Amino acid sequence: MIIIFIIIALLLAGAIAWFFDNEKNNFARWFSLISLASLLLFFIYDTLFVAQTFTTFTPLVRFAWIKTFNIEFALALDNLSIILVILTLFLALICVLVSWHEIKTKIGFYYFNLLAAIAGIIGVFTAIDMFLFFFFWEIMLLPMTAIIAIWGHEQRHFAAIKFFIFTQISSLIMLIAIIAMAYLYQQQFGQLSFYYHDWQKLTLDSSMSFYLMLGFFIAFAVKLPSVPFHSWLPDAHTQAPTAGSVLLAGVLLKTGAYGLIRFVILLFPQASQEFAPVAITLGVVSVLYGAKMAFAQQDFKRLVAYSSISHMGFVMLALFAFNAVAYQGAVLTMVAHGLSSAAMFSMAGMIYSRIHTRSLAQMGGFWQSAPRMGGFALAFAAAAFGLPGLANFVGEFLSLAGSFSAHPIAVMFAALGLIGSAIYGMYLFQNSFQGPIKHTIADFSKRETLVAASLLFLLVFIGLFPNTVLQKIRIEQKISVQKASEQKISQQFVVQNINKLVMATPATIGRKDNE
Amino acid sequence: MILSWLPFYPLISFFILIIFGKRLSWLMATIVSVGAVTLSALSSFIVIQQLAQIDNHIITVQLWQWFSLGTAQVNFTLYLDGLSAVMISVVTGIGALIHLYAAGYMKEDENFSRFMAYMNLFIVAMLLLVLGDNLVLLYLGWEGVGLCSFLLIGFWYQDPANAMAAKKAFIVTRIGDTAMAIALFMLFSTLGDLNIANITELAQQQWLVGDDKAYWIALLLLGGAVGKSAQLPLQTWLPDAMAGPTPVSALIHAATMVTAGVYLIARMHGIFLLSPEVMSYVAWIGGLTLLLAGFAALAQTDIKRVLAYSTMSQIGYMMLALGAGAWSEGVFHLMTHAFFKALLFLTAGSIILALHHQQNLFKMGGLARKLPIETSLFAIGLIALIALPGTSGFYSKEAIIDSLWSSSTAGAALWWCAILGAFLTSVYSCRLFFLAFLGESRSEHQVKDDFSAIMRWPLFLLALLALLGGLFANMVEINLSNVFVDSVSSAQASSHSLVTESSPHWLHYVAIVTPFIGIVFSWFYFADYRQTSHSKTNHEVQYTANNFSDFFLNGLGFDALYQRLIVNPYCFLAKLNRRDIFDQIIMSSRWYVDLWREALVASQTGSLRWYAATLGVAVVFLLGVVLL
Repeated sequence: MIIIFIIIALLLAGAIAWFFDNEKNNFARWFSLISLASLLLFFIYDTLFVAQTFTTFTPLVRFAWIKTFNIEFALALDNLSIILVILTLFLALICVLVSWHEIKTKIGFYYFNLLAAIAGIIGVFTAIDMFLFFFFWEIMLLPMTAIIAIWGHEQRHFAAIKFFIFTQISSLIMLIAIIAMAYLYQQQFGQLSFYYHDWQKLTLDSSMSFYLMLGFFIAFAVKLPSVPFHSWLPDAHTQAPTAGSVLLAGVLLKTGAYGLIRFVILLFPQASQEFAPVAITLGVVSVLYGAKMAFAQQDFKRLVAYSSISHMGFVMLALFAFNAVAYQGAVLTMVAHGLSSAAMFSMAGMIYSRIHTRSLAQMGGFWQSAPRMGGFALAFAAAAFGLPGLANFVGEFLSLAGSFSAHPIAVMFAALGLIGSAIYGMYLFQNSFQGPIKHTIADFSKRETLVAASLLFLLVFIGLFPNTVLQKIRIEQKISVQKASEQKISQQFVVQNINKLVMATPATIGRKDNE
Repeated sequence: MILSWLPFYPLISFFILIIFGKRLSWLMATIVSVGAVTLSALSSFIVIQQLAQIDNHIITVQLWQWFSLGTAQVNFTLYLDGLSAVMISVVTGIGALIHLYAAGYMKEDENFSRFMAYMNLFIVAMLLLVLGDNLVLLYLGWEGVGLCSFLLIGFWYQDPANAMAAKKAFIVTRIGDTAMAIALFMLFSTLGDLNIANITELAQQQWLVGDDKAYWIALLLLGGAVGKSAQLPLQTWLPDAMAGPTPVSALIHAATMVTAGVYLIARMHGIFLLSPEVMSYVAWIGGLTLLLAGFAALAQTDIKRVLAYSTMSQIGYMMLALGAGAWSEGVFHLMTHAFFKALLFLTAGSIILALHHQQNLFKMGGLARKLPIETSLFAIGLIALIALPGTSGFYSKEAIIDSLWSSSTAGAALWWCAILGAFLTSVYSCRLFFLAFLGESRSEHQVKDDFSAIMRWPLFLLALLALLGGLFANMVEINLSNVFVDSVSSAQASSHSLVTESSPHWLHYVAIVTPFIGIVFSWFYFADYRQTSHSKTNHEVQYTANNFSDFFLNGLGFDALYQRLIVNPYCFLAKLNRRDIFDQIIMSSRWYVDLWREALVASQTGSLRWYAATLGVAVVFLLGVVLL
């Protein structure tokens, strides 16, 4: 129930903020802030302290929605979803805080869109009926496009349309795959079903499952994004308002990674195994290409956008390595990148609000006038280039260390990304905060310090105590004990185990539900 | 308990300095920052006493669990044995003296507290590096010192040259760090663990000498070490790193951080012993670097760059020792080098201040009369550097040279390298001394010599250490023997001995005499530099620029080579593809859609005649298709 409550509460809060907004008082932003904060606390309390049974993808709500097609309204939670929902709500708070003074027109409608997008994203992370999943997938897209198109920068319409078309075409492919799956289910079991656990009972011949897997894979790879489907992202990020970039980089990209885990790898273990070499290559290419492109940029936000592509390449690589350690690394990287890219985009927004440009050529020597800002910028850049002690390092380290035994060459190439990230990280930091003084700017206000400090706190906390998150994504010892000598473990075994342990046998749960 | 707090006093001080920043007075900031490092130094002194009384000579403290890699735990655990004991005493002891000096040196800087904060943070990272019980924690310290080095080299960041040097140092060492990271992945995937003691044990159990995996892992670790320790082929960042304030050069780029590579190899000696080939690579890298740096030092005009190349060359000696299997000798040289090189840098700092930030040797001259105390301190540092008998440098360097000839991984050729290196050391030291302290004054400014006590006393202590550091030989030897002896003997038992032939006894005499030959040679060769030149008024001591000396001045052309081979192509590629080729391909579909739109728009003219005509043509065409 809690998820339904949160989704409805978000939509309702958005509507209230919209209707009762009055440009004079700050009703919309305060109301959004307070409702998001209370929902975040409520969700953390409920999932982490009250109920402790989310090691499996547990359905919480399940009732018929569109009976003709046997479509259900079913939501479920497991630890992966919980982590991502918490991340989403937390970053939503950051979004509200960074939009505080930036959004000056149609304030109420803006917060409605923001909250609606959040609601859609939470739906994506928790839907267990595939039609419902697709429904939320579209729901999150529309307000996001609106945010870019209405409150974005100079080329906002172009960027919004590009973003919209990319995601629409890719999700169309996914829709075909979803419908095909439902019909295959009908062929084998006599009735249509969009229910996730039902689908796991399907037996698919290998070529069919390969094409279906590909349908899902493309949709999620566009969202992740992976080279060569990435080019919507630099435009969308650059043109979106600060909160839009934070939301895009922090959470929206994670829906791609989430989809890869939940649907591509777990529904089509065999097919994704066959596809792994391609996916891993794409991951490595994304890491290197993103890092190289980031270095070439002259726009602060565009640089960070390309660095996101590079970081999500690590996630792709780690997921398709089919290794327990790498899997933990991938999830941790998702969280870490969510925080660090949100921090970087907030920083970009704060700089923009002071000098009204994103061009790196116009920046320089900020440290002199804004030392606090400089300290935070340095810490966030350090997180991006994987300084140990911050969250990103642990995620990338686990990803690469876990993937190495099966794919040593790919990991070696991906490790070159560490050099690439140092190059663009230094380039970004030195161009904006060091060098000759080009602008004298005001240092952080209290609100901005709060944003930066809370993000940095989490980055350091997760970097030093990653077990707090990793425990949630721990996979039983059995499969982790892959010593060097036991490398010959058939990969199929690993897949089954990941399947079994990560999601704790969704198939069996599905069966229980039916009984 | 004492150990678990030891690395964190400077961290607390770092936070105090960062949070209060400029609100702290100079005195407060000094007390906090220097006090914190002194506390660490006292704690190290105490724990080293404790260490001697413990049977297995190892103290470990687990602070908390970091993360787990499969079944292997990666924890924040501090591990103190003989080797880390030597390292922490150098880091905290020399660190405290340099901090004290830096407080005087940087007193006038408006960002004084930020400077001291970075210095403190550096000490924290360095202590974690040498105390980490697993390679990931070591890597944390490793990257941490890299970041602090970046911050401190670029401390005066408004000058683009300094920012450039900082960036270069960070990125070049990052290349080595990446090799090291790959070594870690490889170790984890083959041995399933990253705890250093476990790795050493597992490796000795599972691999024979000459194993392929040991070879690659050792080679990659060596990659990390050459990056951090500025050895061939990643040595280019160190001379430029001299852009930082001089106490930084003393602390980071002479005494501690640059020797981290030496520490890494010594710490992982269990793996290196399994791969004699890599051991000899280590030796050759050391040997070649020490010659290269020695030659480059001969042509430098900047006093700090002479010292930087000299550091590079001395680390070459350490590498040479490690490659020859003379672990304790290498680490002992690390320690004595920290004494005399810190002394040299700090004294150079005083001189530079006295000359109003003049670093060019050719603008100095005749300082012996104006700054007698600094001159004698610098002379003490130099005689230790060139290893005149009795000084600390003598004990360690002679021990290294002694071990080379008979080692199977080093051998006679490298022994000659070391001797030639010793000769070069002595020549460039004399050149430096003559240019700066003897001869005619060429300074444009008045020399100011009003040094405060805190800029003098650390120097006296360091001078004492540089002279008498040899007395520690026994203590260090005992400490280190616990670390190295067991593994060396076990590896030797399993394979051939590292000692192949006995060395002839004339070697020793040659090694002792070489520095003197260097001095005598310089006395005549650089006669111009030392003579007061009132007799020939038109004679000027100047840097003679020609192709040959320029080549040496620029570090034997490595910078230019890398610029052409790596930097320019990368920047070129990045610029070439700034528009993102994938984006352009995808966006070309827009052109296609636009084309159709244009075509269709063009057909909607609104003119009835045109519509009727096209309708007619189309009907005829369709009828034709149907009928035929």
